[in-house]
Amino acid sequence: MLTKKLVTAGVAAAIAAGAIGVVQAEEGQFIPALTYRTGPYAPGGIPTANGYTDYFHLINQRDGGVNGVKFIVEECEYGYKTDRGVECYDRLKDKHGGATAVSPYSTGTTYALIDKATADKVPILSMGYGRTSAADGRVFPYVFNFPATYWSQATAVMQYIANEMGGLEALKDQRFAFIYLDHPYGKEPIPTFDILAEKFGFTYDKYPVPFATGTEQKSVWLQIRRTKPAYIIMWGWGVMNATAVKEAANIKFDMSKFIGNWWSASEQDVLPAGDGAIGYKGATFNGSGTDYKVFEDMKGMSGLSDDGDRGTVLYNRGMVNAAYIVEAVRLAQEKYGKGKRVTGEQVRWAFENLDLTAENIEALGLTGLMPVTKVTCLNHEGTNPAILIQQWNGKAWEIITDWIPAMTDVVRPLIEQDAAQYAKENNITPRDCSA
Amino acid sequence: MLYREAGQFKTSYSADQAMLTIPLDRWFVFALTAFAVIGVPLLASEYLMVSILVPVLILSIAALGLNILTGYCGQLSLGTGAFMAAGAYLAYKIATNITWLPIWVVIPLAGLCAAAIGIAFGLPSLRIKGFYLAVATLAAQFFLLWLFVKVPWFVNDSISGVPPAPPRSVFGFQVTGAAAGNEAKYLFVLAFVIALAWIARNLARSRIGRSWMAIRDMDIAAELVGIRPLPTKLSAFAISSFYCGVAGALWALCYINSVEPTAFDINRSFQVLFMVIVGGLGSVLGSFLGAAFIFLLPIFLNSAPGWIGYSVASDTITHIEFMLFGVLIIFFLIVEPHGLARLWQIAKEKLRLWPFPY
Repeated sequence: MLTKKLVTAGVAAAIAAGAIGVVQAEEGQFIPALTYRTGPYAPGGIPTANGYTDYFHLINQRDGGVNGVKFIVEECEYGYKTDRGVECYDRLKDKHGGATAVSPYSTGTTYALIDKATADKVPILSMGYGRTSAADGRVFPYVFNFPATYWSQATAVMQYIANEMGGLEALKDQRFAFIYLDHPYGKEPIPTFDILAEKFGFTYDKYPVPFATGTEQKSVWLQIRRTKPAYIIMWGWGVMNATAVKEAANIKFDMSKFIGNWWSASEQDVLPAGDGAIGYKGATFNGSGTDYKVFEDMKGMSGLSDDGDRGTVLYNRGMVNAAYIVEAVRLAQEKYGKGKRVTGEQVRWAFENLDLTAENIEALGLTGLMPVTKVTCLNHEGTNPAILIQQWNGKAWEIITDWIPAMTDVVRPLIEQDAAQYAKENNITPRDCSA
Repeated sequence: MLYREAGQFKTSYSADQAMLTIPLDRWFVFALTAFAVIGVPLLASEYLMVSILVPVLILSIAALGLNILTGYCGQLSLGTGAFMAAGAYLAYKIATNITWLPIWVVIPLAGLCAAAIGIAFGLPSLRIKGFYLAVATLAAQFFLLWLFVKVPWFVNDSISGVPPAPPRSVFGFQVTGAAAGNEAKYLFVLAFVIALAWIARNLARSRIGRSWMAIRDMDIAAELVGIRPLPTKLSAFAISSFYCGVAGALWALCYINSVEPTAFDINRSFQVLFMVIVGGLGSVLGSFLGAAFIFLLPIFLNSAPGWIGYSVASDTITHIEFMLFGVLIIFFLIVEPHGLARLWQIAKEKLRLWPFPY
C-alpha cells in the first residue's frame, strides 16, 4: 500500500511540477539543435553535435556573440527518428523568441520539415544533404543545401575518377560499382549516374545495402570480386560504412579505387578496418585535424564538449555548419540593425545573400575548414559546388586534390525538373529571382 | 456512491442494446468527445495539438486496428507498419492521380487497398498459428516496404522517393500538408478517430466480433459451433489492415507531411504491438491508453527535467528516458498484466464503493 501511495504521490508531484514550471525566456539568438547522441547513428551524431554546439559557445565566449547578441543553444535529442525529430522541432521552434535556423542532420527529418519550416518562416540549412532539388531557390525559399548537393557531389566524384584515368574519354566502356544505403538518401544520386553513364558511355552496377541491416554485405562483395569494377563509389551512413571498408579490405580491393561520399568518409568509418583501410578515399568539403586558427581559441575554454572528437571530420563539419549560421546572423544584423536579435525570416534573407570570400574565411580563422561560398536567390547550393578528395593514411585524413567542380550543366536541369514537379504537386508558384 | 451500476433498469430493447448502458459512462464519453471537438481547438497550443494529440490519435487508430486482429481475434501480427505504409503510399498515389476525389474519400479508399493487402497476407493464418503467424506477417513487413521503395510508380517517379504530402482541403480548410491550419488538421484526424472507434466498439459486440472472440478463445470449439474460420480470420485481417491503412495515410499526410519508408519500419510494428499489450488486449479504451502511454511517456520523461528547471545534457536525459520507460512498462505489467484498460476498470469498481469501502 505504502509503495502505491508513494508512487501516486510521485506521479502527482511530477505532473504538478510540469504544469507550474515555466521556462524563463532569455533574450538572445536562439538555435534549436536537433541532435542524435543516442541510438544506432550516434557515432556520426555525437561529433557533429559537439562541433555544432561548441562553435556557438566559442562565439559567445570569445566575441560575446554577434555584436553583443549571444546565442542560446538548446538541444533536443531525437535519435535519428523522423517523428521525434518533428516533435523536437515543434517543441523548440517558438522558444526564446523563435528559432534562427534549423539543421536536422537527417535526410528524413529534413524532408518532413521542409513544408513545415517554410510555413513557420524558419530557414533550414541542410548542409550537403537533404532534398537536392531544394537548390532551386525559386521553389524552396526557406531551404538551403550549400556548399553542394548530392547530385553535384556525384558528378564531381565521376570527374575525379576521369581525372585519375586520364580524361573523360577514358570513362568509355569502363565498369564501375555503386554501393548505397537502400533508402531515399542512398538512392538520390542514381538518376545523375544514369545520365553520366549514358553521356560518357560507361556502365555501373548498383548494389543496395538494406537499411535495416547495414552490415549484411557479403553477397555484394562477392559480386564485386567477380565483376572487378574499375572503381567503387559508396553512398553509405552509419555502421554500413565501416563494414564496407572492412569487406573491401578483406577481398584485397585496391583501396585507392574505393571512394565514399562525404557522409561515408570519417574516422569511425575507417578505424575498425585497421591497416586494411589505408588508401581509402572520400569526398569532403572541410578539412580535418586541429591545425587551424580557430582551435587555438578553443584551447582551455570552459563549457565545451570533451568527448575527444575535436578535429575529426564530422566535428569540424558541425563547426562549419554553425559558422554558416553565425555569418548569416551577422549579415542579417548588418541589414536589419546591428546588435539586435534577428528573426528567421531575416536570416533567410542573409543565407540567400551570403557571400563568403577567402578573406572573410581567413578573418574567421576557418581557412581550410570552410569552402568559399556564394549563395543566390536562384541557387541555394551555392554558385560553385565542388568537392575535395581526401585519403586515409592510417592515422588521419589527408586532402589530396584541389577543388573538383561539379558538372553543373548536367545537374542543374535535373534540379529544376524535380523542383518544378514539386511546385506543381504543391500548388506553389515559383518566385521570380530576376529582381 | 457517485458511480453506480445498480438500480438502472432498462425498459426497452434499444436501451438495453445501447453502446454504453450506464448513464455515467455515457455522459463521460459524450463530455470527453465534446471537449475534444470543441474545447481542445479553443484551448490547446499548437505544440499540444499538432505534435502531441495528432500523432497520439493516429497511433490510437493503428492500435485499434491491431487490437481487432490480436486482441479480439487472437492472431499475432508484426505487419502493422507495412499495412500503415500501404495506406500511406496508396493514399498519396490516389490523391495525386485522381485529384478531384475529396481527401475524406481518398483516405478510406487507401484503407480499403490496405485491407485487400491484409487479406492476402492473412491467408496463411488458416494454417499457421501463434508465433509462427507472427513470423509470416513479418514477411509482409519486409516485403511491402521493399516494394514501395523499389517501385517508383508508388511515388509518381519522384527522384528523391520521398514525396511531400499533397495539400488538400475539406470544406475550404486545408487539412493535409504542412500549410494546413492546426485546428483543421486536428479536427480532421479526430473525425476519423471518433468514427473508427465507434465502429470498432460496435463491431466488437456484434456477431462478427463475437465470432472473432470465439476463434481467439478456442478455434476448434468455435468451428464446432458453426463459426467458419476462413471468413472470420480474414475479416479480422481485412478490418485490422483497414484501420492500419487509414492510420498510415493520416500519419504521412497530416503528421510528418511526407511519405517516407522509415516511418513505417519494423520498429513501428513493435511500437503498436506494445501499445496494444500495455493498453489492454481486446479493449477499445486500451488502444487509446496504450497509444498515449507509449508515445507520450518518452516525450514527457524527456521534457520533464526542463519544466522543473533542471538542465541536464540531452543524451543523459535520453538514456534516463530509456531506463525509466522500460522500468515503467515492467511496473505496469507487474501491477496489472491485463493492461491499463483493466486498471481503469478496477478504478471504476473502487469508485462504486467510495467513500465507504469494506
